[in-house]
Amino acid sequence: MKPSPFEYVRPRDLAEALAAIAQDPDDSKILAGGQSLIPMMNFRLARPARLVDVNRVPGLAGLAADGDRVRVGTLTRHHAMERTPLPGPLGDLLRRAAAHVGHLPIRTRGTFGGSIAHCDAASEWCLVARLLDAEMTVRSQARGTRVIPAADFFQAVFTTAMAPDEILTSIALPALDEHYRTGIAEFARRAGDFAIVAATAAVRVEDGLVTEARICLGGVAEVPLRSAAAERVLLGARWSPELVTAAAEAAAADCDPPGDAHGDPAYRRDLVRALIPRALGLDVRR
Amino acid sequence: MTGAEPPTWTGRALPRLEDPAIVRGWGRYVGDIAARDQSCLHARFVRSAVAAGRLISVTAPPGVTLFTAADLAEVKPIRAVLNRPDFVAVDTPILATGMVRFVGEPVGLVIAASEAEAEDALELVDVEIEPLPAVVSAEQALAPGAPLVHAVDYPGDPNTVVDGRIHTEGFDAAFARADRIVEIQVSSARQSAMPLEARAAHAAYDRASGRSTLHVTTQMPHLIRTGIAHSLGLREDDLRVVAPDVGGGFGAKMALAREDVALVWASRRLRRAIAWLETREENFLAAWHSREQVYDITGAFTADGELLALRGDLVCDVGAYSCYPVTWGVEPLMAMAELPGAYRVREYSVRSRAIVTNKCPIAPYRGVSRPVQVLAMERLFDVAAAELGLDRVAIRARNLITQFPHRSPSGLVLDEASHLETLRAATERADLADFRDRQERARAQGRYLGLGIACFAERTGYGTPAFAARSRPIQLGREPAPLITPGYERAVLTMDPSGALTLRIGASPHGQGLRTTLAQLVCDELGLEPGAVRVIASDTDATPYGWGSFASRAMVIAGGASLLAARELAARLRVLAAARLGGLPDDIELAGGQAVRAGEETGVSLATLARDTYLNAHLIPDKGEPALEAVGRYDPSGTFANACHVAEVEVDPLTGQVSVTRFLVAEDAGRLINPAIVDGQIHGGVAQGVANALYEELIYDERGVLVTTSLMDYLPPTIAEMPGIDIVHLDTRSAESITGAKGVGEGGTIGAPAAIANAVSDALAPFGVGVFHLPATPHRVRTAVRTGADIRRTEKGTAS
Amino acid sequence: MSSAIPLRLYVNGDRYEIAVEPRRTLADALREDCGLTGTHLGCEHGVCGACTVLVDGQPVRSCLMFAVQAEDTSVRTVEGLAPDEERLHPVQQAFWENHGLQCGFCTPGFLVLIAGYLEEHPDAEEAELREVLSSNLCRCTGYQNILTSTMCAARAMRGEP
Repeated sequence: MKPSPFEYVRPRDLAEALAAIAQDPDDSKILAGGQSLIPMMNFRLARPARLVDVNRVPGLAGLAADGDRVRVGTLTRHHAMERTPLPGPLGDLLRRAAAHVGHLPIRTRGTFGGSIAHCDAASEWCLVARLLDAEMTVRSQARGTRVIPAADFFQAVFTTAMAPDEILTSIALPALDEHYRTGIAEFARRAGDFAIVAATAAVRVEDGLVTEARICLGGVAEVPLRSAAAERVLLGARWSPELVTAAAEAAAADCDPPGDAHGDPAYRRDLVRALIPRALGLDVRR
Repeated sequence: MTGAEPPTWTGRALPRLEDPAIVRGWGRYVGDIAARDQSCLHARFVRSAVAAGRLISVTAPPGVTLFTAADLAEVKPIRAVLNRPDFVAVDTPILATGMVRFVGEPVGLVIAASEAEAEDALELVDVEIEPLPAVVSAEQALAPGAPLVHAVDYPGDPNTVVDGRIHTEGFDAAFARADRIVEIQVSSARQSAMPLEARAAHAAYDRASGRSTLHVTTQMPHLIRTGIAHSLGLREDDLRVVAPDVGGGFGAKMALAREDVALVWASRRLRRAIAWLETREENFLAAWHSREQVYDITGAFTADGELLALRGDLVCDVGAYSCYPVTWGVEPLMAMAELPGAYRVREYSVRSRAIVTNKCPIAPYRGVSRPVQVLAMERLFDVAAAELGLDRVAIRARNLITQFPHRSPSGLVLDEASHLETLRAATERADLADFRDRQERARAQGRYLGLGIACFAERTGYGTPAFAARSRPIQLGREPAPLITPGYERAVLTMDPSGALTLRIGASPHGQGLRTTLAQLVCDELGLEPGAVRVIASDTDATPYGWGSFASRAMVIAGGASLLAARELAARLRVLAAARLGGLPDDIELAGGQAVRAGEETGVSLATLARDTYLNAHLIPDKGEPALEAVGRYDPSGTFANACHVAEVEVDPLTGQVSVTRFLVAEDAGRLINPAIVDGQIHGGVAQGVANALYEELIYDERGVLVTTSLMDYLPPTIAEMPGIDIVHLDTRSAESITGAKGVGEGGTIGAPAAIANAVSDALAPFGVGVFHLPATPHRVRTAVRTGADIRRTEKGTAS
Repeated sequence: MSSAIPLRLYVNGDRYEIAVEPRRTLADALREDCGLTGTHLGCEHGVCGACTVLVDGQPVRSCLMFAVQAEDTSVRTVEGLAPDEERLHPVQQAFWENHGLQCGFCTPGFLVLIAGYLEEHPDAEEAELREVLSSNLCRCTGYQNILTSTMCAARAMRGEP
């Protein structure tokens, strides 16, 4: 359980970091919080020849308003997200999602951007990013800055649209007005474990009608899955618990989840059915 | 007990003497010894990645220090044998030779300057194995034409290495007389004891003396020394075995590791200190599994719920090798002997088998077979109560043993216990009527609560007579290897010239606080404070031969031996004091570090008596020894603790999540030497029972590859999964324990799985399904709710 | 093989000049290079929490951080909790008095986790503390006395009886 040898580089600013990774992009890895990468290195499932530690690069952490969006710096720790004073439905969602990430000593190190770049299908931040159609800003020395929408960003298990020489620098989330209902519900075997299935929701309800519907599921596909079926049921309909149940049914019927030791596809569909209402604050039992 | 007795240290919840150092981080575990030995080398084992195959070669490029079976040609294999006609014996080579039989089996040993470099070297080793068909379940092993895990003669069915039977004379008649036959199958998944400290060893070699010193995380240092010395052909004196602080054992550290033998060998070969610190992944792969058992149980009942006869077909999947010292008979033979448990079973017919498979070998884990035995009996009574329309407390009360001593159908003699009283205490505290109200109200709201009961007898503190009767001697290796029959404990109590006490014991604590409890017992006899007693354990150079700490025995047996030693030393001090103070020894009281003649104010200090005994021997009145030393030996036949557990759960039918919301234990462990430590044992035992019931499961795939090799897959509960535990103590004394204490180390784990299985079944009653396989994972519970089918084992260990 | 690089660590107020390979975790550096073996390793993949230490006051898994990353930070381990050899930290005292440990292997991680949290959140209530405690695994105690010890330490640190 000791990592393979590697070269360690600790750039002082983003330019140095981009230069460092540009030298040998295929065998280098960015080290942010390290809470997913280092376990994989301890198991020798990951064995980068060189680690570029961006933890001391200034300007990469924190939340800032940016017009009608909120820009989250890639190095923002989960623990900071958990305590963000950001108001409104977006702030609620971020705080609640952060509380689901691992345990306190993981949240003090792990980062928002690191989690998104790692691209685990059950990761809370990947779900939130896909739910809200976040825009990922990535940079490389060779090609400068580009922006990748969430729909394109998450490609497969541990695989994103980023090139090996790119660094994720910030994530833009839409500010949500007060008509949104947001939430997250997860099912994990133990407190703090990775979710078997997770559901996130952002539904805008005005005058009793759903004017926008976003449902995103984790643990049912290789990457976070927006449930078009559930969103179709919700959009334009009159808000009610029964509507949410119907949306959950549609989501469960529409998805094609994998099976493993923690649950077969039928069980995961059952969890989808149970969790979507709970993500929207409904205490559905039967 | 009356309030008039003088205050004693025994019986107090004394904070442990062990703890101040540990909470400061000054504990010393094997890994700490390795970390502080800057010059030691580090070992890693090369392990088989396939479940069954022919080992062709294990090779490494130049520059890698690699040892294989060929290098260890002179080392004798481990051979743990019971002298029973149905027992099939095999050798466990220290490193695999010829064949590999489970994923994780050691096939080579690499040595390097650091752990990281040893892992680098490990990656350079090339292992060539020709895979062969593997048997990965007992069903497969017993199927016609199944591959043989070991190519030996099986006296009965293939791959069957223990096949025990009991059939009482009146069984058939009693069975025929029954009003109702109730048949169930219960089963348990494979589990790991998973001490937080994985296995670890540090072997050093002293050129001057030719001796090796092995620091190893074990529960039985003397027996480890006996085993390693035998394998390596050493005199026992050539090897010192020390268990420093041990980070949990739970039975998994009472077996001799092949790795430890190899490590001592390599250390002697290289004339260097070498450490082996097992990784968590290796610990799951190769450090003993347990409890993969399937019981088919039939109860023959009268209409009013009397159990006339009990039939069982018990199958234990014991993996690929026989563990030393307890052998692969440990699970089936305990299950056969103790299945009736707390219940009066007059007629009994049982077959109990150990089946070998291409999986990690089993060793004892807290409770051994009893969690499954109790699961079987307690599910049987709940199912019978439902079928017969009887109350589930009443049916238990009707069948619990109330007359003592009680002879079980397997010949065990159960001493004084309080089965009915613990059932009453637990169910009164649980308030069943109130629970039924809450359950009904909750159901009306779509919430599903359940309550479950489990009663059990826990055989503890058994010495040589029990081992001799139960298993006959254990043979360690091929002839002329010694036969061994564990049991007794000895304690050597010495008062030094300053009046300080040293107690040397053969038992070997690993977190139970034995240093504190023994000090409490001893100091009461001598009128001293516990801090005056230093307990020395777990070092073969410094302690009398003993069998270690396992099977809930240390407090009963080592405690008894220590008490006897203390009484003998106290008697000697009274003789010495009487010679000085006048009067008879019986008139001398020992208190406050003084020996005082009854009725007088002043006397002589024990320190003065000690000083003069050693330093002015001419003053010894009776020309006795110039030493203050007493040896206690205790070797009881065993005493049964007993308890009733009540679990309350809430089940979320949509996700299958089970929350244990309340847990009650009515426990009778006799006299409590240190109530805080007793409660701590119960708390921890229940936590492992909750884990067994709901969370933990070692899963092999169809090729025999273990897939649960991290703590993200194998799931010990956190505090968030644990209920509060409420304990009621009863105190039944037995003549079989001179301290009055009964063992309490395993009980929590023994009762909790059954109580929880019954509670979940109670909660799921509206869905018409019950729990017959553990763990009852959310996936299984939800699937049962959805399909209306009970939670049962399916072949390959997965359950529907 | 990559070679060792010099590194300065500040642990429990002491300065350690050591040389480590970049792949050396903080846990291993503390144990092997600083001789502070109170920090234990139970899983080396970030689940068990036995290796928990405070880095700049924040609890971290020291098996999931490289020693080189701790340069110029302030690290606190179980050995640094007690003010001196006579007195214990209130959390240590509470664990001792309430039988909050058995084998003691997980104990340093729990002590550091709780001490760090209570020093920052002296008014934390039971539910919040249970959530913090769920970060670490104990195999011996069933957590009951760990919770009791933690509540007792919290009261002591608030100066309550």
